[in-house]
Amino acid sequence: MSDVKKVATRDSYGEALKELGASNPDVIVFDADLAGATKTGVFKKEYPDRFFDCGIAEGNMVSIAAGAAACGKIPFVSSFAMFTAGRAFEQIRNSVGYPHLNVKIGATHAGISVGEDGATHQCNEDIALMRTIPGMVVINPSDDVEAKAAVRAAAEYEGPVYLRFGRLAVPVINDEATYKFEMGKGVTLREGKDVTIVATGLCVSSAMEAAELLAADGVSAKVINIHTIKPLDEELIVAAARETGKVVTVEEHSVIGGLGSAVCDALSAKAPTPVLKVGVQDTFGESGPAGKLLEKYKLDGKGVYEQIKSWL
Amino acid sequence: MNKLELQKTANEIRKSIVTSVHSAKAGHPGGSLSATEVFTYLYFEEMHVDPKNPKDPDRDRFVLSKGHTAPGLYATLAERGFFPKEDLMTLRQIGSHLQGHPCMQHTPGLDMSSGSLGQGISAAVGMALAGKIDKKDYRVYTLLGDGEIQEGQVWEAAMFAGAKKLDNLVVIVDNNGLQIDGNIADVNSPYPIDKKFEAFNFHVINVEDAHDFDQLRAAFDEAKGVKEVPTAIIVKSVKGKGVSFMENNAGWHGKAPNDEEYAIAMEELKKAGEALCQM
Repeated sequence: MSDVKKVATRDSYGEALKELGASNPDVIVFDADLAGATKTGVFKKEYPDRFFDCGIAEGNMVSIAAGAAACGKIPFVSSFAMFTAGRAFEQIRNSVGYPHLNVKIGATHAGISVGEDGATHQCNEDIALMRTIPGMVVINPSDDVEAKAAVRAAAEYEGPVYLRFGRLAVPVINDEATYKFEMGKGVTLREGKDVTIVATGLCVSSAMEAAELLAADGVSAKVINIHTIKPLDEELIVAAARETGKVVTVEEHSVIGGLGSAVCDALSAKAPTPVLKVGVQDTFGESGPAGKLLEKYKLDGKGVYEQIKSWL
Repeated sequence: MNKLELQKTANEIRKSIVTSVHSAKAGHPGGSLSATEVFTYLYFEEMHVDPKNPKDPDRDRFVLSKGHTAPGLYATLAERGFFPKEDLMTLRQIGSHLQGHPCMQHTPGLDMSSGSLGQGISAAVGMALAGKIDKKDYRVYTLLGDGEIQEGQVWEAAMFAGAKKLDNLVVIVDNNGLQIDGNIADVNSPYPIDKKFEAFNFHVINVEDAHDFDQLRAAFDEAKGVKEVPTAIIVKSVKGKGVSFMENNAGWHGKAPNDEEYAIAMEELKKAGEALCQM
């Protein structure tokens, strides 16, 4: 895989913001002293008069953005997932969600692939938190191409959107020339008849790798990329569950409340199906190189393959 | 409006506050009554707003950061003509646009949802910032409780407003001295309030009597002349003002009067109104 191009989706976020800055004068960007890490600094460099550093005060940043949105601006607010979805949850719920204001939350450094900073900074709970807020769109792009497209789509959409980005450079699996992002629509990346693997974020490439390994064992796996966790493409997932009879969800997030739970919520009512939830189990992360952590927590291609293989 | 007209309007708003909270059998009369003159002055004298065009992008904005005193704001908006006064009788009822705490999507003339303390001032800061970005002349006002400023977010917002020199922002602190659990000085003293805002690079104006329209006019006029820094107006008020048994009593923070108490309160306000008519 060494020749595969890799890009961290936080870099895609910064680039996409810069492009948006040129095309939409209402786009403004807020950060909380992490502009270098979240890559909002890329926007800041081009549009310093539309960039506002709130300092280390994430709750205030979110509510300020809500006020600006109430005056017609399209604010993107950024910090790590832990300090937006986590620390500023209540501000996102009450200042943004309840009045359904047009604020976009660009949360970077999600999941254990934050790496060396360890558990305090590895947010495995953000998808769970954000999907409980009525009217919130939750997007977790799989690669550079999808991340940029998601940022553009979020800006065009009227209402609150949570965008989840990663620190680690991950394989570019989509073709920029042909890729089309449709909010709320899953993407079938591989057909299969024995099991459906529903994956999100950086785990989409792990799922594709796992499907390849399963094929070598004679197991035919369908792979669906769910970039939009809310609203969920229930139709696609229910159809796939009926088709393959077994579903595996894969995410770099707690197995409590994330994609796995969203898929189970949909299937339990419409097509009860055995589901294996692959993700971070009910545990905190730890320090270490991101790649090694993904291996240890069995979220790389091999780890996902092994878990599916032993479950089937 | 002259002072007497403002006083008469404030008295009518007080009647609406007491009536709507009595009708809802719940709500927050104490802090609504302590801020009645501030509400009145803002909506009948200070702010450029138009009930016929409540979404005018150039209007002045108001954020009720102490959102629990919604009955005071609702009564004022109704008195100003944003919606019929009869609506006040639906306060806190199912299907009403008058929610227990302000909901901007439903109530005409309401600029921001609020209720979770400490967040409204930040939203007001965001509005003031948007005004600066768009080079608009509108001003943004936000009303905070003195207990509310115990919330850390208030000072995060104040730091940002001071640092960004938002001179189109006026923060008003309703210093009635009481919060749910008692005297603010006993619960967790926020004093000195003025020196705190000064330290956060605000121009600070102390108003000795929040119920005196001359003092309010002087303060808001002074604020308009302030450049390069935001303004904080700290108004010393009486919680429950205008209803004798509610005055300076923390027990009336979030309680509705029963029928007997309602009758007494309305009689007092009626007499106050008659006295104003003889002036």
